[in-house]
Amino acid sequence: MGARVKLAAQGLALAAVVGLLGLLVWGVLDDGGGGAAAELASGEHPLAPALVLERLDEDGTLDLADLRGKGVVVNFWASWCIPCKDEAPFLQSVYERDRDRGLVVLGVDSQDFGADARRFIKRFGLTYPNVHDGRGETLGGWGVVGFPETFFVDRQGRLVGQRIQGGVDAERNREAFEQGVELALAGS
Amino acid sequence: MKTLAVAAALAALALLPASAAAEPTAADLEAEIVCPTCKTTLDQSDAPIARRMKAYIRARLAAGASGEEIKQELVDQFGPGVLAEPPKRGFDLLAWLLPLGGLAVGAVAVGVAVWAWSRRRTDAEPDDALDPDLDRRVDEELARFEP
Repeated sequence: MGARVKLAAQGLALAAVVGLLGLLVWGVLDDGGGGAAAELASGEHPLAPALVLERLDEDGTLDLADLRGKGVVVNFWASWCIPCKDEAPFLQSVYERDRDRGLVVLGVDSQDFGADARRFIKRFGLTYPNVHDGRGETLGGWGVVGFPETFFVDRQGRLVGQRIQGGVDAERNREAFEQGVELALAGS
Repeated sequence: MKTLAVAAALAALALLPASAAAEPTAADLEAEIVCPTCKTTLDQSDAPIARRMKAYIRARLAAGASGEEIKQELVDQFGPGVLAEPPKRGFDLLAWLLPLGGLAVGAVAVGVAVWAWSRRRTDAEPDDALDPDLDRRVDEELARFEP
């Protein structure tokens, strides 16, 4: 009986050690997977991750799924981010230019004070919808690693084009941006 | 009576630092709050959002907010991940209790192992009684030295 108890205790101890080692290996190897951005980079066109957040520009929430049928430019930003300030007027101009073609620019303010974000929207006269993700809970699913980052979602809700990391800039990535807008608006 | 008075005075003195510590300074709070983008405490970070959060803490303290109120406001904005230490309540209490529990279980396990080991040693020790032949030989040898 004593030997059995000892064997059981040894088995339990071994299982605990193996379990802890497994957790360690998982923790070291798991980098979050890179989210939808990684799939997009590998040539896939996954469905855009769920995005249901409080609106900053008016009361209530906005669900990205409700924009199905429109092309969407999803722009992750924060009021403390300098390139976000630089690109905001451009994003507003694109929204005004292509809104009648079925384009929506959706700003996702993240890791930021809501009050700061509202001041930012007012300062730059942004009229496109903006939502607040202060906790940054959506960043992992999309694979966002910095601000700003911009994604393109087509009318079927799939990610298309290239993810643009950093501010939209005339010399660096304007061509990729315009291509993303056209891909998002393609189809019906 | 005199002893009671001394004890009361000592207890009052012991309570003084506790009441002083109830209202943290900006520096105290900056060491307890984590920057959401760089994951270090605010006092170790110069990231833009960390600078903004430091300014927020100072403004709220100046407005008379307590440390707990400020921490709760920051948790509401950025989530519980901004707290450098998990709160000592609810599910988060496990983060404090589990290591202590682990230590206690480890101490009990070591105690039981030591006890079992010492018992085995006692059981294995040979009988103190001498072999009769050897006993007789010792007596004979000792007798040779007697006058």
